[in-house]
Amino acid sequence: MAEAANFKAIGTRPIRPDGVEKVTGRANFGADLNLPDMLHGKVLRSPHAHARIKRIDLTKAQAMEGVYAAISSADFPQEVTLSLSKNILARDKALYHGHALAAVAARTPRIAEEALERIEVEYEVLPPVLILDDAMQEKSTLVSEDLRTNDDESSPPSNIAATQRFERGDVTQGFAEADVIVQEEFRVPSAHQGYIEPHACVATSNPGGRVTIWCTTQGPFEVRSATAGVLNKTVSDIKVIPSEIGGGFGGKTVVYLEPVAVRLSELTGKPVKMVMNREEVFRATGPASATLCKIKVGAKKDGRITAATAWLAYEAGAFPGSPVGPGCMSVFAPYDIDNFLVEGYDVLVNKPKVAAYRAPGAPQSMHAMECAIDELAQKLDMDPIDLRLKNAAKEGTVAPYGPKFPPIGLVECLEAAKRHPNYVNKPSEEVGRGVAVGFWFNIGMQSSAEVTIAEDGAVSIMEGSPDIGGSRASMCLMAAETLGVPYETINAHVGDTESTGFCNLTGGSRTTFATGLAVVKACEDVIAQCKARAAMTWELDVEQVAWRDGQAVPKPGVNIDVDPLSLADIAKTMSRTGGPLLGRASLNAQGAGACFSVNWTDVTIDRETGKVDVKAFTAIQDAGRAIHPSYVEGQMQGGAVQGLGWALNEEYIYDENGVVENASFLDYRVPVASDMPMIDCEIVEVPNPSHPYGVRGVGETPIVAPLAATSNAVRDLLGFRINDLPLSPPNVLAAIDEAD
Amino acid sequence: MSNFGYVAPTSVEETLAVLQRATDQGQRTQILAGGTDVIVQFRSFDNSHRLFVDIKSLKETNDVRIENEHIFIGAAIPSGVLNENAELKTLFPGLLEAADLIGSTQIQGRASIGGNLCNSSPAGDTIPALIVNAALCVIATNEGTRTVPTENFVTGVGRNCLAAHEFLLGFQIPRPSAGTGDAYLRFIPRTEMDIAVAGTAVSLTLNHDGICERARVSIGAVAPTPLLVSSAAEALVGTTADEDALQQAAQACSDAAQPITDKRGTVEYRRKVVGVLCRRAGAIAKDRALSNRNCE
Ligand SMILES: Cc1cc2nc3c(=O)[nH]c(=O)nc-3n(C[C@H](O)[C@H](O)[C@H](O)COP(=O)(O)OP(=O)(O)OC[C@H]3O[C@@H](n4cnc5c(N)ncnc54)[C@H](O)[C@@H]3O)c2cc1C
Repeated sequence: MAEAANFKAIGTRPIRPDGVEKVTGRANFGADLNLPDMLHGKVLRSPHAHARIKRIDLTKAQAMEGVYAAISSADFPQEVTLSLSKNILARDKALYHGHALAAVAARTPRIAEEALERIEVEYEVLPPVLILDDAMQEKSTLVSEDLRTNDDESSPPSNIAATQRFERGDVTQGFAEADVIVQEEFRVPSAHQGYIEPHACVATSNPGGRVTIWCTTQGPFEVRSATAGVLNKTVSDIKVIPSEIGGGFGGKTVVYLEPVAVRLSELTGKPVKMVMNREEVFRATGPASATLCKIKVGAKKDGRITAATAWLAYEAGAFPGSPVGPGCMSVFAPYDIDNFLVEGYDVLVNKPKVAAYRAPGAPQSMHAMECAIDELAQKLDMDPIDLRLKNAAKEGTVAPYGPKFPPIGLVECLEAAKRHPNYVNKPSEEVGRGVAVGFWFNIGMQSSAEVTIAEDGAVSIMEGSPDIGGSRASMCLMAAETLGVPYETINAHVGDTESTGFCNLTGGSRTTFATGLAVVKACEDVIAQCKARAAMTWELDVEQVAWRDGQAVPKPGVNIDVDPLSLADIAKTMSRTGGPLLGRASLNAQGAGACFSVNWTDVTIDRETGKVDVKAFTAIQDAGRAIHPSYVEGQMQGGAVQGLGWALNEEYIYDENGVVENASFLDYRVPVASDMPMIDCEIVEVPNPSHPYGVRGVGETPIVAPLAATSNAVRDLLGFRINDLPLSPPNVLAAIDEAD
Repeated sequence: MSNFGYVAPTSVEETLAVLQRATDQGQRTQILAGGTDVIVQFRSFDNSHRLFVDIKSLKETNDVRIENEHIFIGAAIPSGVLNENAELKTLFPGLLEAADLIGSTQIQGRASIGGNLCNSSPAGDTIPALIVNAALCVIATNEGTRTVPTENFVTGVGRNCLAAHEFLLGFQIPRPSAGTGDAYLRFIPRTEMDIAVAGTAVSLTLNHDGICERARVSIGAVAPTPLLVSSAAEALVGTTADEDALQQAAQACSDAAQPITDKRGTVEYRRKVVGVLCRRAGAIAKDRALSNRNCE
């Protein structure tokens, strides 16, 4: 269990440092900043999903009273041909309904909106490519006329931006050895990250070309490099100050507004604020890919998998770059399979460019695989957990994507599931139960941390990772454990791109692992300095001093009679022992440690309306080490609810012209609190050897398994499978009626 | 959002005068009750200039009068307040449940049944429940009040029979006779904060032998306006509202529905579900009617 005996701070559940500000409404989010003389920017968006832009005339908008600037892509460096540039303002073609075409800055938001109406755009409307299967046809309309698969100049233009393929062993032989084979196709719709806070920023340019951006983001350093790229600046021309962030889930790893706001500020000489509304968020910011996944799995009678193939096609939206790569790499990750083949396709359609969403790519492909495994269990009449245990990857297994697994916790999670009272208690007749496994790679990457000690001994951590899920609290706990001082004496601050060392974004479940590692090392740096100060005070060698329970003490056997010196004692006299105490660390963290989970959903179904109700949900997940168990559980619960929403009701409804019909939270149905049961959590701890406290990232794995767990639960209750998501009432009722 | 004027008259006469004056001057007016439709709509898609006339503090629109023959319910009473009225809850449990479905606790602090009806959405939850309780809409006009049966009030999607210089004061509902019960059920894909995909209200009166003497059935979200389905009522009258009869009424509802396919549901789905809801609401109404037979 999470509460490990020999830790003092780690595994406890204190209040987060930023908690009071957030619950009292004082914390500043993206849209909260206002500067004197500030203008408001608004974006004109394409009413067509696919159209050639023949002319944009801004003159009438520019002439309006109160309007300070109106711009289009022509006002950006043309030599920059990044797809990001073309996404933030369309160039020759509008590629999806809602694609930004032009922007204005005006005295008030209202004037800016009126100015948008005066911009004249001449279009040549083109047929949109909306369906994956159509887009992959050779004769399909092209989203981009000069895109060639894998950049192969010898092949004709195509909507397939890239393909991947990797294999091991001999699948033909493997299937020949199988006693049972399951072969199915699954569709998963696009789902939006659904963060509560829309994208927002303020940009101000100073004479001389330097720029400051305040924004809500998962990665201020990535905003800096992306904005620099689009504007053809160098990164040190730009300072990015992150606000508090109201959710991101991967969707705030990219920029939409920032370069536009900077350009408007440069042209007007005034600060420019831009805030999206919810409709813009739905129409123009990245959802997760819609996918078509074809799976074939064969096994022996005893459940041993002999071969598996996956054919995975992912919508990229209007520009290349779906997460089909991680989709391919994760599809078979939980299993030790000798013979497999994975093929992936990154496919352009006239929809918004997809963005990362929690474990990007894995929920879709693993939904397919975990449903297929469930079918296999049915055919073999095996318990679904036993079947998975039979094939589970463990330490030493060569992962399908290449490396050999270090210690991982899949088997431990499966065993914990079998013991769990929620699993032992079999559901009643009216309840269906489905099991699935989740997985995510996790990443390390670059982080920095500085730890300063005030004269009163208080500890201040400066880091560069925006705090989305309670990471400040985790940093403070790791610092408390390392330094041996109370949690309450420590605070953590998220710096800007100039007040702290480089730090990659909060994403890939890396923050508690990698930035945490930097914090631990920076604390160790402080300890080393404290030991040196104590040695100086006691006139000993540094080697003769130890650090124990937050105090410098002479090492056992050193013959000297002195009182220990606490961190506060040393801080009090630091001006006399060498000046301020400041610990630092910067690193490129290796060995993030994969995270596995096991989930099961218990459902009932109203057979007359098709409504699926989730009665119970249990999540078991390996955290390596839960630094703050409540925030680990928070990730598990939040991910579960997002996964359940994706399974049940979330989807984009497009009309035949490619216009999203449900661009609001009223009709894009994320679960409401009363839809959900309590998400029961059990944290398993198989420590990650690459982190001093054993941390693995936990933020992404939780969204993966709920999709298949819910599909499998519906299968269990109905006695037949509905392959495609969402399991919304109309879809479920239609399937029931068809089966009758 | 400075594109509007705002007045809060203190009497019915003053309200009518304000409406008349503005109308004569060709100015657009809009009545404001709880504002849970008005403000959302004004902010999101229609922000053309208008004068808001706030009627939520008028005495008449907040009145509840429970008399021998009739019950009067003011148009502007928030659903949260209505649902604290124990007497109304006993008289019209189905209607109050419908009001209790609107939005969330926060929304119900403002949302009124008058606003729900006057917004005239096909999916307004309280409209079918008002219809089956034979509520008369009491409308303030320059010539005094006029009344319109609720089933005739809504004339199209977002349209109703009010003239620009009129407004709704409240509802006059006949006191239910002994053996009467009402119920309203809607279908939404979630548990709350959603718009009905289909809704059905049923009110029936059973005599001492358990025979249905009077029935009214109304369906919502399956046609441009909520509908009174007399064929469904006919299927119930003269029966014990048993399963067969409820199934007949359900079929009548499915047949009467004229749904469209949109982002909230398909034609087939809505047709089917509106019948299912009729059967289920009918069973609840019957139970209530049975337990009301002896309390006169
Ligand atoms: C989050 C949310 C959830 C909601 N959920 C539901 C739901 O589940 N079911 C549902 O049916 N509705 C729902 N609604 C819509 C709305 O809350 C209801 O229709 C509510 O009953 C409207 O009442 P109101 O007093 O706020 O009306 P207002 O917004 O003040 O007015 C609504 C309309 O009626 C007119 N009007 C109001 N009173 C009068 C009067 N006395 N005379 C003449 N015209 C008048 C107004 O001019 C306006 O056109 C929801 C709204 C929100 C914001």
